[in-house]
This record gives sequence, C-alpha cells and structure tokens, in this order.
Amino acid sequence: MLVNKKKMESMADSMSSHTPVEGRSLWQDAMGRFMHNKAALVSLIVLVSLIAVSFIGPYLSPWDFETIDWALLGNAAEMGAPSIENGHYFGTDDLGRDQFSRVMVGTQISLMVGIVGTAVAVVVGVLYGAVSGYFGGRLDNIMMRFVDILMSIPYMFILIILFVMFGRSIYLLFIGLGLFSWMDMARIVRGQTLAIKHKEYIEAAVAAGVSDFKIILKHIVPNLLGIVVVYTSLLIPGLILTESFISFLGLGIQEPLTSWGALINDGAKTIQYGTLWQLLFPLAFFVTGLFCFFFIGDGLRDAFDPKDR
Amino acid sequence: MFSFIVRRIFSSIPTMLILILISFALMRFAPGSPFSTERGLPPEVLANLEAKYGLNLPWFEQLYTYIKNIVFNFDFGPSFKYKDISVNEILAQGFPVTLTYGIWSFVVAVAVGIPLGIIAAIKHNSALDYAAVGITIGAQVLPNFVMAPILVIIFSLWLEWLPGGGWNGGQWQYVILPVIALSTSYMASIARIARSSMLEVLHSNFIRTAKAKGLPMRNIIFRHALKPALLPVVTYLGPAFVGMITGSVVIDMYFSTGGMGQFFVDAALSRDYSLLMGVTILFGVMTILFNAVVDIAYAWLDPKIRL
Repeated sequence: MLVNKKKMESMADSMSSHTPVEGRSLWQDAMGRFMHNKAALVSLIVLVSLIAVSFIGPYLSPWDFETIDWALLGNAAEMGAPSIENGHYFGTDDLGRDQFSRVMVGTQISLMVGIVGTAVAVVVGVLYGAVSGYFGGRLDNIMMRFVDILMSIPYMFILIILFVMFGRSIYLLFIGLGLFSWMDMARIVRGQTLAIKHKEYIEAAVAAGVSDFKIILKHIVPNLLGIVVVYTSLLIPGLILTESFISFLGLGIQEPLTSWGALINDGAKTIQYGTLWQLLFPLAFFVTGLFCFFFIGDGLRDAFDPKDR
Repeated sequence: MFSFIVRRIFSSIPTMLILILISFALMRFAPGSPFSTERGLPPEVLANLEAKYGLNLPWFEQLYTYIKNIVFNFDFGPSFKYKDISVNEILAQGFPVTLTYGIWSFVVAVAVGIPLGIIAAIKHNSALDYAAVGITIGAQVLPNFVMAPILVIIFSLWLEWLPGGGWNGGQWQYVILPVIALSTSYMASIARIARSSMLEVLHSNFIRTAKAKGLPMRNIIFRHALKPALLPVVTYLGPAFVGMITGSVVIDMYFSTGGMGQFFVDAALSRDYSLLMGVTILFGVMTILFNAVVDIAYAWLDPKIRL
C-alpha cells in the first residue's frame, strides 16, 4: 500500500486537535452583549474606580474621618474651604472634621449597606419565591398573600420605628433594609419558578427521586440566576437610596460614622453660610455612584433579556 | 365589576389589622417605658401614669381598646410626649399640609410624566425623545432629599425668587419648591414607564392594522394606543404614592412645612410611641386604600384581571 504515512499522521493530528464546536451558554452570550454596551461598561469602570478610591483615599489624607481639626473649629465658613496646603482636600465639615476622609468613609458605608442589604434580600427572596412557586397550591397561595400584605405596608415607617426601639446600629440597618426589600424579588422568582418547574429536567430529577429541597437548590435556583442578577443590580441602588433617605433624616447611621445620606444632610443644613463644598462633594459621589448602578442594571437587563430592546 | 370592588375593599381589611398589630407589637416589646427618665420616677407615680394610659392592663385588652378606639372613634390616644395634646390633634394639624403638597406633587408627577413619556415614544429617536430620556435618567438619581437642597440653593439663595422654607398657610410661593422636590423623581419614573410601554404598543399588530386602514395618527394614539399603554403606568401609581408619602417626611424636615412628617421624625427622636404609631397607621391605611383604588382602576381598564 502506498500510503503516505506522513500525510496520514498529520491528518490524524489535525483531526484530533480539532475540538468540537463549543456551545455558548446563556452567560457567555449575556456577558458578550454586556461588554458591547458602552454606557454599562464605562459605568462599571467608573464604579470600580469609585470603590477603589474610597478604600485607597483615606491613606492619602493626613486627617482621619473623626478627628477634629481644632485650628478650624467653628470657623468652617472662612477657613474650612478645600485646600491642598492644610491637607483638607474637600474642606472640612461644620465641626472641623476632614470632609475628604468623611466622604471616603461615607462611600464605603453606603456601598456596604447597599450590597449587604441586597444580599439579605436576595437570599430571602430567592428561597421564598422558589419554595412558593415550586410547591404551588395552597402553600403558594398563603405565601403570596403574605407578600401582598407586606408590600402594601409603608415599611419605611416600621423601619424607622425599629431604629428608634432597638437603637441605631449598622447591623440593624443591614438586616432591616434587607428584610423589607425581598418581596419584589420573591414575586419575580416565583413567576420564573412556575415557568421552570414543568421543564423536562425537573421532571427527570423528580423521577430520579431527588429530594424537593435539593431540586430547588440545585436545579431551579441556578436556572433563575439570570433574572436574579438583573434584579439585584437594580436593588442595590434602591437600597442605597433608602439608606440615604433614613440617614438624611438623622435616623440612620450613627455618628461619627457617616454615609452619603448623612453627609448630604449635614451639607444641606449649612448651605446658607456658603459652605457649598460640604454639600457638593458628597452629592457628586452619590449621583455618580447611583448613575453607575442604574446604567449597569440597564446593561445587564439588556444583556439577559435582549428581546426587550 | 361591582363584586370585584367589594371583594377588593374587604380584602384590605386584614392588611390594615396586620399593620396595626405589627405597630402595636413593636410598641409593646420596645425596651424601656416612655416614662423612664434618667432619675427614675417613684413607683407610685409610675403606677399612676401607667394606669392613666391604660398600660397596666393585660396586653390583649390594650390591643382591643386601641383598635376599638381607632375604628369607632378614630382616636389614636394621648401623646406620650406633648402633655395635654392627643395624637388626633397633632394629626389634624399636620395632615392638611401634607395633603396639600402631596396631592399637588402627585398631580404634577402624573400630568407631566405621562405626556412626556407618550410624546417621547411617538417621536421615537428624535431629538425630543433623547431629551426626554436624558431628563428621566437624570431625575432618577435626584430623589427628594437631593432635590430639596439643590432647589433651595438655586431658587432661594441665588435667584431669591422663592422662600426656602415655611408654609404660611399654603401660599403658592411656599408650595412650589416642596412640590417640585417631591415630584421630580416620580415624574421621571412615570415618564420612563409610559415611554417604554407606549413604544411596545406602537409596535404591536393592532396598531399596524390601524395604520394600514389609513386612520389618522391622532386617532390611532388616542383611540387605540393610549389605553393599553397606560396600564403599566397605573400599576406604578401605587408605589409612587407610597414613595411620596415617605418622601413627605423629608419635605417637612427640610422645608419646615409643618406637615405630618415633621411630627413623625420628632416623635421618633423623642420616643413618643403613640404618636409614631398614629402616623404609621394613618399613612399605612392611606397606602392600603390607595392600592385598592389602583387595583380597581386597573381592573376597570383591563377586564382580563377581573377574576
């Protein structure tokens, strides 16, 4: 036989090295679409740098967020303006504390409250919604009725009462915000679960004798993640807004810690003395951060749900 | 339709009871009594005070009288902090103020938001559309507590056109800034929802048919497109109402308008539980009733959900 051994070898080689066409998952598709969305991508970069600045910034400032600069105390309007020389890059607040460090700490805390509160809401909401949708029937009815009732209560007031009663602590802020914002998530997740639970792979799991709990955690929840991610990205700015609202009223975060809302409140109280830097710096951070979150959320929604465009 | 209305209204009663129950439980389990002072009162005095406010009765009896008083007499009991004034009197003082600018804000948000969104959708991808989208995105990150100081800086401090606070019996100059501050972000949300749903409707088959028949554009929009496009907006009115009610706290704080919000924050800071509960329950009942009205309006617009 005149077989060109070399040729055969190279052919076999090329065949074995030829990998099968790789399937693209929903996630890869979505990430690809997200990366093409300029507004969302820029927002993501800005947001990451905002977070980085808020953690690196304090090391660059000679002042920390709670030390009062006695040289400027009571004279914030004339001497507290932003300046490089005395190290108060954003000026000082009314008590002579360094505004730059306070804005950095406020940014950290606002973002942390938004993210941790959202995490609480997501865990509760996803489990509640998945359980309700999966079991269906009377249980579903009762559980959703309960959500309806909770949703029609103006929770902000209950939350404020909670703060008054149990004292203001940042942990209560996390838990309280989370526990009052999972209802939308639960509804969305329930709707999706209802759609998923009659799919073949769930039937297969049921037929194979997998326990209900495991089906929910292993098969239903992972398939909900797309919509959960989208909704989560919209929930974070919502919670930051809520936290800022409560802190603006002076009922949220406890001094000397601070947050965007508390800083805006402090700045807004003193605008008639012309100390605009006390308002404008936290306001700029607040608006930038929220803008980024909203654009990222919109980008994710377009990425996971392209038919909506 | 009638049975739907009746059913919807009756189904909001348990919600109200739960709301009262939650607030009552919170007040019961709150650490410390409203009369605890730093020096501490003599036990006889404390017993007398508790007897006066009915706090020595078992809890179910307190709850029963509390609910009974609210339902039959619309009486929220005496304020723990302001002596000789009942919660009712405080509410009667603050409520009209809140109602005035609240209604105006709601009207402004709806009356500006819906046309803005609809026009933006009709003139899709025009300069007008981009301007409307820009406004709505910008207004989204300007909640009431951000708008309020900004408005005061511009209109009170720089231009000196409008007063930066006070109420003065509801004179129009004093109402404008609170209304703008409260309504802006909701106006933006309403416009955004109206625009996207109008766009969706305009791309649907029945509108294409109407166009193919040669109906004039005005007829298509007012006769066919408007009603289905407004459905999502109606569902948003409930949350918007809740948002404005809570937002009124900020308005009262910042503009010193003397509405209920101010009393609420004062009560929260001075632990005046009965006033806190009174405000919470009143706002809560308003919210629940408003949600019922929204649902009824929705059922009227869309017969499909009238089950």
